[in-house]
Amino acid sequence: MQRVPSYISRSVAGSYDNEAVAIFALIFTFYLYIKTLNTGSLFYATLNAIAYFYMVCSWGGYTFIINLIPMHVLLCIVTGRYSSRLYIAYAPLVVLGTLLASLVPVVGFNAVMTSEHFASFLVFIIIHVVALVYYIKGILSPKMFKVAVTFVVSIGVVVCGAVLAVLIALVASSPTKGWSGRSLSLLDPTYASKYIPIIASVSEHQPPTWPSYFMDINVLAFLVPAGIIACFSPLSDASSFVILYIVTSVYFSGVMVRLMLVLAPAACIMSGIALSAAFDVFTRSIKFQLPGATENSERDAGETSSNSVVAQNDVAKTEKNEDAVKERPSKKNRKKEKEKENVEKPSVKSQIKKKLLILPLEASIIAIFLLVLLGAFYVVHCVWAAAEAYSAPSIVLTSHSHDGLHVFDDFREAYAWLSHNTEVDDKVASWWDYGYQTTAMANRTVIVDNNTWNNTHIATVGTAMSSPEKAAWEIFNSLDVKYVLVVFGGLVGYPSDDINKFLWMVRIGGGVFPHIKEPDYLRDGQYRIDSQATPTMLNCLMYKLSYYRFVETDGKAFDRVRRTEIGKKYFKLTHFEEVFTTHHWMVRIYKLKPPKNRIRGRAKKSKSKASSTTGTKRIGTKKKNPWH
Amino acid sequence: MAKSTSKDAQALFHSLRSAYASTPTNLKIIDLYVGFAVFTALIQVVYMAVVGSFPFNSFLSGLLSCIGTAVLAVCLRIQVNKENKEFKDLAPERAFADFVLCNLVLHLVIMNFLG
Repeated sequence: MQRVPSYISRSVAGSYDNEAVAIFALIFTFYLYIKTLNTGSLFYATLNAIAYFYMVCSWGGYTFIINLIPMHVLLCIVTGRYSSRLYIAYAPLVVLGTLLASLVPVVGFNAVMTSEHFASFLVFIIIHVVALVYYIKGILSPKMFKVAVTFVVSIGVVVCGAVLAVLIALVASSPTKGWSGRSLSLLDPTYASKYIPIIASVSEHQPPTWPSYFMDINVLAFLVPAGIIACFSPLSDASSFVILYIVTSVYFSGVMVRLMLVLAPAACIMSGIALSAAFDVFTRSIKFQLPGATENSERDAGETSSNSVVAQNDVAKTEKNEDAVKERPSKKNRKKEKEKENVEKPSVKSQIKKKLLILPLEASIIAIFLLVLLGAFYVVHCVWAAAEAYSAPSIVLTSHSHDGLHVFDDFREAYAWLSHNTEVDDKVASWWDYGYQTTAMANRTVIVDNNTWNNTHIATVGTAMSSPEKAAWEIFNSLDVKYVLVVFGGLVGYPSDDINKFLWMVRIGGGVFPHIKEPDYLRDGQYRIDSQATPTMLNCLMYKLSYYRFVETDGKAFDRVRRTEIGKKYFKLTHFEEVFTTHHWMVRIYKLKPPKNRIRGRAKKSKSKASSTTGTKRIGTKKKNPWH
Repeated sequence: MAKSTSKDAQALFHSLRSAYASTPTNLKIIDLYVGFAVFTALIQVVYMAVVGSFPFNSFLSGLLSCIGTAVLAVCLRIQVNKENKEFKDLAPERAFADFVLCNLVLHLVIMNFLG
């Protein structure tokens, strides 16, 4: 699993986002849960709860665990697989887990109050009821049990109905039915685009395309269905859990491409099971048809693992080594191997029945060889993906042209300029994508960055970028901003620049400030910046700051990303002045002009009472908050 | 109709009582402990309903500690019960050690959360 590209995508050049840790915590929690389920030991249940706490600390995706495990418990109860080990695995986890989750400040009391956790409490109650039923069934005779059932059901229905009514009333009274915005957008994929543009705008939150599945999990994509089928042949608690895990993670990764990350370990486990089942069949058929010298030849071959009774321990080791090369060894994998081996021993005697599963010798050898080749391709792809697609630190861009590698170092150039040529407490406004970079590399305060949770604040910046110059100046002035930074890719063809992101700024701004309306910026529903663009678009700050003096580069102002000439070519900036543009015009920095000392002809009409005084007072009046 | 139901209910109680009387003493002690824990939890809920839930974390930690010890005691009972075929080869000392460990962790968390 350390090879699978989607896991690698969360870490770039040695730094990592919290998901890299979180996925390990997720798998560890699941592993301990299965272990508790299989052994029924309270010790593992404790470890499970502690691993769950680790998961809560690291990522908000822990709600996946706290909903998947109750779902699995419910599935086990419904399919009649209730056992006391299930109770030991689940009940302490709920109590300890809820307590530990409330310890984390971000979660706090949400652990008991939001709908995301209700599933666990509901199943907690259900499992107690079921446990009680089984217990009473055990100590009563069947006839009395029937009486007890009728007795309890009649009372129980009334009580349950009352409790359910209260609960539903409580939940329905809150507008979002108690779910948080992020979870709602997962359950209903269209929710975010309707109500919360800022969640919808993050590119990682978009649904993935089909090729991205192949890119991220490659060969595993078609080993997974084989693994699902292999899981059904001895259906144990553990295998039903894995099936549930993979089905839910496929659904959620279909909603948000970022959650491909959760799918990756599930896919690895499934493929591991499939591969081991396949190898099992092939090697068994080889062993069956080559009596005597089979063990030696197979051990020489090195890549196969035989299930012969004698070499059982060596088998486990070679299988382990092989899987460690290809994917992270899953404990379930080994356990299933052992199950198959135990089934094998008595059945070697009854060879007639086994004949159906034995393939001809040549076919199995070729099949093993092909499977190994498949594994090799997978490794090659993963290494390539890690090198090319996921190792590019987006700060420095490269392009291959006929005269070699061209390096675009504009971002670092801009941040270095900022850190050397501005005062230490000057504030920089830009779109939130560049917040972290500016803070880290230029060492200046930013207005919004990647971790801003305050939607109104981001909407303010978005509105400023979408307004005409004067209004934008007033907004930025009220935020005490000195410099504005925009990213512009039109000269070199860099596609993820601010003009391409601009519609999101309009949407997010319009979500909070109703005077910004998205249709104002579109001509016939199309987003354009050429001569057919709307006047609102041509006058807004983002347009002006991106294309100021652009016509001086090639005389025609041809935008390489949008592939047209721009609409307004010759204009002056009245409230901003350009202070720096990088070598390839990718980052442009503007400074807010101080307000004019004298305003011609407007002094009498200005709203403030201090209009008759001299200019010094006027600076104070101009700094009124424009939002009141 | 009502008479037969009440007779059924009485017969039910009798059979329940007689079946329960045959459980070994150590299991009965654990059951008593569970009952006490649940009773304490109920008292806490009633107290909260009367007084209000202002330090909510204290209420939560107290309530969950009672429920937690009840659950853990039930787990111990499951593991120690000789009739339970799944845990035949689990030594009762090991079960009790696990129980103590789990309780330690639970109470550590509770003391932290109590506030």
